[in-house]
Amino acid sequence: MGAYFSEIFLGLKSLAIGLGITFKEFFKPVVTVPYPFETIKMSERYRGHIELIEDEDGKPKCVACGMCQRACPSGCISLASKSVAYEVEVKGEMKTKKKKVLTKYDLNFTTCSLCGQCVESCGFGAVTFSKEYNLASFNKEDFHFDLLKRLEERNS
Amino acid sequence: MSGPIHIRSDETFTLNVGPQHPATHGVLRVKMEMDGEYIVKAETVLGYIHRMHELMGENRTYPQVLPNLSRLDYLGAMGYTHAHVLAIERAASIEVPERAEYIRVLMVELNRISSHLFWFGAFVMDLGGFTPLMYAIEDREHILDLMEAVTGSRLTYCYFRFGGLYNDVDDDFINATRAVIPRLRKSLKKYDALVTGNIIFRKRLEGIGPISAEMCRKYGATGPVARGAGLDFDVRKNEPYSVYSEFDFDIPVYHECDSLARYNVRMDEMEQSLRIIEQALDKLPEGPIMPKKKPKLIKPPKGDYYQAVETARGSFGIRIVSDGTKNAYRFKLRSPTYSNMSLFDEACEGMMIMDALAMMGSLDLVIPEIDR
Repeated sequence: MGAYFSEIFLGLKSLAIGLGITFKEFFKPVVTVPYPFETIKMSERYRGHIELIEDEDGKPKCVACGMCQRACPSGCISLASKSVAYEVEVKGEMKTKKKKVLTKYDLNFTTCSLCGQCVESCGFGAVTFSKEYNLASFNKEDFHFDLLKRLEERNS
Repeated sequence: MSGPIHIRSDETFTLNVGPQHPATHGVLRVKMEMDGEYIVKAETVLGYIHRMHELMGENRTYPQVLPNLSRLDYLGAMGYTHAHVLAIERAASIEVPERAEYIRVLMVELNRISSHLFWFGAFVMDLGGFTPLMYAIEDREHILDLMEAVTGSRLTYCYFRFGGLYNDVDDDFINATRAVIPRLRKSLKKYDALVTGNIIFRKRLEGIGPISAEMCRKYGATGPVARGAGLDFDVRKNEPYSVYSEFDFDIPVYHECDSLARYNVRMDEMEQSLRIIEQALDKLPEGPIMPKKKPKLIKPPKGDYYQAVETARGSFGIRIVSDGTKNAYRFKLRSPTYSNMSLFDEACEGMMIMDALAMMGSLDLVIPEIDR
């Protein structure tokens, strides 16, 4: 009989302790952010989808070597390039040389797993992570990014 | 109240728990043959989120598999990539700088705490208490912020590399981690008073859901499930990998074999992880985080390699059979929750359904990791 009442007493006490804790928490400052009206600044190393980096002339640093394309585990990068002839002075003589110029850099973000293999494999520092995270959409096509176009839009 | 009750009645009905059910925390389906509220027979049905990670591991190059490993268990992803990098480093004999090893341990332990915190919240929610989940998530958020500042992602980390790390930690991270430790200690005390002492919580777990040591051995259960059954087994102590042998920490073992024992093991493990983190921060050596000499293309020599690590859920093993090419010939993942879940069918026979679901919560199941 005594054990019965002591259990009731201890049980009620444990409930009171719990309620005390929740009551104290009630007066603590709010830790959440009312999202669309307020946003949190993303950390320095936040990994959004990839982005091309430009050189001083505003052209992409990318030389279209295709290392990122090969490193990507999901095959979500596809790029195209064309050969452009240009003249360069070698030992006082003008010579025509060819170089690759990036014409297309498409990212299929629907299959990207943000692992960063493309950024690491790039030997020219031409790819980086963006800080973009507001990417919700009803349309699948919205996640096929034309990174070259994005770069141009950024510059204009 | 305790112990299985065996009832055989002529009138039984079949109850499907899942695949979409809040108590199963994912797409696990349990087909239960019920007699009233008692379970006569249960059968877990898997495969709803199978993604062929093992096959992907055989078709991709070794670095390309790295992001896959963190998609197994989204709550404790760091430990899984740890197993992979350790296996490949041993196979291809890549040396890892000491600083990188320390930071790895630091990250894995932080991830273990965040995983246990989330389990704690979800488990108490399974039993009907919603408030502790909110507190646990708030504390977990601090850990996620720390890890995001370093790794760049919040859940599915891809931070470890063969030979080292993706990038180094800075002083901000070290100071912030030091600041989080006392906060977490305080919170653990709060949880103890709020949940562990609670009479309703104790009545629902004490002596309920017995999983004996024999059953653990039979099904290969590891981690907190085995330690709650009195088996003193932790890969970090029994087969030390990385730099775990240099830390001073205990393995909590409980002999009660009930759901409360498994709960207590995890709560104590968080304290032990905090101890490891403190020591790792004190001992953190200076130096590079990537080795000077690292093969450009990773091609482990022909052979069979196995590496086990202790993740938040138990012993995770990765077996790689290499034929000397850049892809693995066989890529086998031994996931802890698969074994832990296998014993559910036998353990829940004769139990009441709400006790069985409480026991399922105490197993800490993460379904994408069972199905792989």
